[in-house]
Amino acid sequence: MRSRFTALWLLLPAALVLAALFAYPMYQLGLISVLDFTQAQVSGGQPTRFVGLDNYTRLLGDGQFWSVLLATVGFAAACVIATLAVGAALAVLLTRVSRIPRLLLSLAAMAAWAVPAVSGSTVWMFLFDTDLGFVNQLLGLDGYNWFYGRYTAFALVGAAVVWAAFPFVMVTLYAGISAIPGSVVEAAALDGASTWRAFWQIIVPMLRPVLAIVVIQSIIWDFKIFTQIYVMTRGGGLAGQNLTLNVYAYQQAFASSEYGLGSAIGVVMMLILLAVTLLYLRTLRRSGEPL
Amino acid sequence: MRLRLATAAALALTLTACAPSTSSPSGTPSDGGARTGTLKVWLFDEPNRAPKEKVVQEAVAEFTASHPGTSVDVQYIAVDTRSERFKGAFNDPGSAPDVVEYGNTDLPEYAAAGGLADVGAIADADLTADARASATYEGTLLGVPWYLGVRALYYRTDVFQELGLKVPATLAEVTTTARTIRTKKPELFGLAVGGKYTYAAMPFVWAHGGEITDLDSAPARAGLRAYTDLIKPDNCPPQQCADLTGGKTVDLFASGKAAMGILGNFNRAAVDAGAAKGKYAVVPLPGVTAGSVAPAFAGGNNLGIMKNAQRPALAADFLTLLASKKYQARMYDAMGNLPTLKSASDEVAGQDPFVKPFLDTIAAGTKFVPLDPGWGKIDAGAVLPTMIEKVATGKATVEQATADAAQQIDAALTK
Repeated sequence: MRSRFTALWLLLPAALVLAALFAYPMYQLGLISVLDFTQAQVSGGQPTRFVGLDNYTRLLGDGQFWSVLLATVGFAAACVIATLAVGAALAVLLTRVSRIPRLLLSLAAMAAWAVPAVSGSTVWMFLFDTDLGFVNQLLGLDGYNWFYGRYTAFALVGAAVVWAAFPFVMVTLYAGISAIPGSVVEAAALDGASTWRAFWQIIVPMLRPVLAIVVIQSIIWDFKIFTQIYVMTRGGGLAGQNLTLNVYAYQQAFASSEYGLGSAIGVVMMLILLAVTLLYLRTLRRSGEPL
Repeated sequence: MRLRLATAAALALTLTACAPSTSSPSGTPSDGGARTGTLKVWLFDEPNRAPKEKVVQEAVAEFTASHPGTSVDVQYIAVDTRSERFKGAFNDPGSAPDVVEYGNTDLPEYAAAGGLADVGAIADADLTADARASATYEGTLLGVPWYLGVRALYYRTDVFQELGLKVPATLAEVTTTARTIRTKKPELFGLAVGGKYTYAAMPFVWAHGGEITDLDSAPARAGLRAYTDLIKPDNCPPQQCADLTGGKTVDLFASGKAAMGILGNFNRAAVDAGAAKGKYAVVPLPGVTAGSVAPAFAGGNNLGIMKNAQRPALAADFLTLLASKKYQARMYDAMGNLPTLKSASDEVAGQDPFVKPFLDTIAAGTKFVPLDPGWGKIDAGAVLPTMIEKVATGKATVEQATADAAQQIDAALTK
């Protein structure tokens, strides 16, 4: 009985911080999403009005919302898979190479990680510029516009996203792999397991907790992608072909001062991400040892 | 662990929200406020601000000389983030400026937010009717138009001479001339056009008799078709032109890559800084019939007084001075901004022939975006560029694209 109270006491500071930082903003978000709340209401020009689920019905009834949602899910999935593949491959590579190459690779990755998203996106945009871009000059593709086609534009933005996101995955997984006792891998090798098999059946299962964090982080980051799309496709691409949910929310709601609608989009995004994350955690739990 | 992960996930997807608090505007002090102290002024920052700053400093010196005990604090705010700054000023009367410069398309949004004071009493009677209309919202004059900007047709005199071309007299001739140039000189774009260059596309729509509020009508569709037909390989290929902004077309014309461009009077300095310097002339963009002018978009900036200004009487005096004929003429000399006062624009026209095609364009009648708070939403949602780009890239027909845009515009406009 006493230990139960102790646990609650110890939880209290964290709970207070969480309540202040999350519960209150989330309550406000939910509240605004059921109000007619535009700039006129914020500055007191007009009274605030309760509109019930109007913002939600407006959003869900908008055909563009669904196509943007679909594109966002597809784009985020591709980015997560690519980021994990590149990050994991390089993490394994880091454990195999000698000190100097390891240092160089780490430094290069850190540099990519440290570049602010806006600068990074702008540099990528310059590299692939239609007339003056380095890539077009190199390939002799003068006048080829990479952002004209929907999929080439998405692929290019995806490359920039992966470039900025893989260092986190690489470093985290490298730390995880380094923590695996050498004896375990050695034992597997002695039993005749190939490198490939040892990776999938020894290293990956032991990395599960680390992998879970990395995957969830990647899903959340890539689903909420904003900067790269906004900068590289100049706010959503030709005729809005490269819009993702966050850019769409910004364009439809915040730039237009429709805070009620924007909050509704925020709530919908939060629910989707929460569902995806819980589903993923559940699958992990079902398929193996508890985390 | 599972709970902790879920918490971490919730942490990462936190969305910040602003409290739905509402501030009540403090209102103008009825006695006109203090007659001494510091007057706070917000003006727009410009790529080349020094000449503007110099003229403003002259005005400040004249103002403080005639108003003892006052000083003027001028802040230059970035155009890109003006919306946030203004919203902040509306919400927090304590830090709001007294006199503000704002873009005339922003008027309905600011007016609906209740942030601007009526300036009908101090506006000069000499203001041109178009200028006055562009600052009037629901019958109230909420700003004094400070300067105008309109676009006209810039063309390269050397290219026209070499190919023996005549200056086009109708919109159809603009198209044929552009194609001829591209055929004979494939390294040039005939007329630089862009999918995101709404203010070049709208004159085509207006010239054919269409309006922003009835884009799915036959005349509006004819106008849009005329514009999007220019985003074709025989003039300006979609690969290169479908996503061009107005600014990019200025670069193309200035750097000598386009033989014609629809540029503003305010783009003169940019063109003179490029390869096209000294090799171009300007005419009003022609309309559908010979001798007519395609209605231009009446861009420009107004000077206004904030509703929660602390010193409205002083603000009115300073605004009157800055918007006076004398300082409008000086702003033209410094920045090329077209005066809104008829007397000042007559004076400028007499001194500088460059300005004539632009004044002719204004005299022929200009058009404006719908004066409605919903316009901000249409603008932010990129409804018009999306419509143009859909047609230019072949994603939709003119009929489909205009029907979609008309529906979105109807939904956004409140009346």
